[in-house]
Amino acid sequence: MIDVIVIGAGPAGLSGAIECARYGLKVTVLDEFIKPGGRLLGQLHQETSGNWWNGIKESEELHSKATSLSVDVQCGVSVHNIEKVDGHWYVHTNKGTQLTSFVLIATGAAEFPIPVPGWTLPGVMSIGAAQVMTNVHRVKVGKKGIIIGANILAFAILTELQLAGIHVDRVLLPEKSPFSQKAAIPQEVLKSLLHSAHLAPSRLLRFGSKFMNNEKLRRLGIRHYPKKGFKLNGTPFQLRKAALEIVGVNDVEGVLVADTDEEGNTIPGSEKFYEADFVCIAGGLYPLAELAAVAGCPFQFIPELGGHVPVHSEKMETPLEGLFVAGNITGIESAKIAMAQGTTAGISIANSSQKCSANIDKELQKAVHNVHNVRRGSLIHFNPDIESGRKMLKDIWSSQYEIKSSKLNNLKKGS
Amino acid sequence: MTRIQSHPVLGNTSERLRVPFYFDENLYEGYESETIAAALLANGVRMLRVHEESGTPRGLYCNIGHCMECRVTVNGESSVRACLTTIENNMKIYSGQQLPNPVKRMVEQE
Repeated sequence: MIDVIVIGAGPAGLSGAIECARYGLKVTVLDEFIKPGGRLLGQLHQETSGNWWNGIKESEELHSKATSLSVDVQCGVSVHNIEKVDGHWYVHTNKGTQLTSFVLIATGAAEFPIPVPGWTLPGVMSIGAAQVMTNVHRVKVGKKGIIIGANILAFAILTELQLAGIHVDRVLLPEKSPFSQKAAIPQEVLKSLLHSAHLAPSRLLRFGSKFMNNEKLRRLGIRHYPKKGFKLNGTPFQLRKAALEIVGVNDVEGVLVADTDEEGNTIPGSEKFYEADFVCIAGGLYPLAELAAVAGCPFQFIPELGGHVPVHSEKMETPLEGLFVAGNITGIESAKIAMAQGTTAGISIANSSQKCSANIDKELQKAVHNVHNVRRGSLIHFNPDIESGRKMLKDIWSSQYEIKSSKLNNLKKGS
Repeated sequence: MTRIQSHPVLGNTSERLRVPFYFDENLYEGYESETIAAALLANGVRMLRVHEESGTPRGLYCNIGHCMECRVTVNGESSVRACLTTIENNMKIYSGQQLPNPVKRMVEQE
């Protein structure tokens, strides 16, 4: 029998698998994509050191490390259910059911869609779809595109599209609606962007961040924000324009756009049509956590972490015995943090199995500390309040779950 | 023309085996181990199906298997995600078609 099934071959899953295998556990990794790496595959950006973070290379390294430790990485396998029967986890996939003692769910994140009218037309895609098509499949998504939604992910991928020679005509906001919420309000968009402005692709944003943290100045900045927008590497970022409708018959022909006021309300009579043959919708990321839910894991709604997340400890264990989580399923953060969490989960699993070594407690503590260190040292925070979100969940764990599980263990030992 | 052969950081794409496949009985050519969605897009095909009820066009949306928008029929198997399935020699792929909705028509007539 397999000791551990890891669901998701992204940075968290592969790191977890590597760690489990190091402790002598028999590991299978399942992933539904055609190759291992997950969302890491599409990532490509220059770090402050000047070195390129190449997601394809990073993925290949993780994959080869895993296979060298005899981890069985299976691609093209979709998991649709996991359940515990008689002390074993049954993992149900499109290629049959597998039995295991431990499950590590590392399914990552999915993108929030923003249903702008016309968004179902062929040629409209999520910003992440354009990233994968460009960097992984190396196929052009179109000749001239418009990005709807301005967040850190959108700008990171804008740079990647520009790097590959894909022309993005402009970045603008979605129209104000119950679906778009804060993403349609210039003040809110600027606020969230400025938190990560030290890595902004434009000198202007970097400069702006120094004084724009003052609310009055920020309002002034938005009021006088030029209609044409500021250019980011040649692509105008139009904070005061909103997409009303994506227009086309059989596929995208363009976007109907209106000017907005500081609150994101559209100004009647300002409508204009911009031609485009592709549109990317950037709504941000949320933890992809359905499998933890069907397994019966309790959840908490923590907006700072990106939404509903399975309850877990800093050691990446869940209240369900034998079920562990790591990566973006626990909160939206960077790949490096996902890797550190995966490593922690791997050591935790080894610790829970019979195959633990003498100093494993120390190793586990070190891994937990490392997650904190990587977080503190990271430039990109998808959510500026990530630390408080993590703290909230930690408190919930220690007050509601930790005591129960230790009591349970004592009971077991006594029986 | 529609492929990104050279890239300043990722480098040039390597030589790959060409693979013929059919989409709605038309012959296309893609590369070995590339997805149906990527191969069709490289051939300029974006419409993968029409909505079963309304008949309006649909293409890929998320490109990583979450949204189910790119479902096609592959060698007789329906609801296969074009973004997660690699093309194979002479694979027969069909786009999703509009389906009858007799219940709705009945309700409309009342």
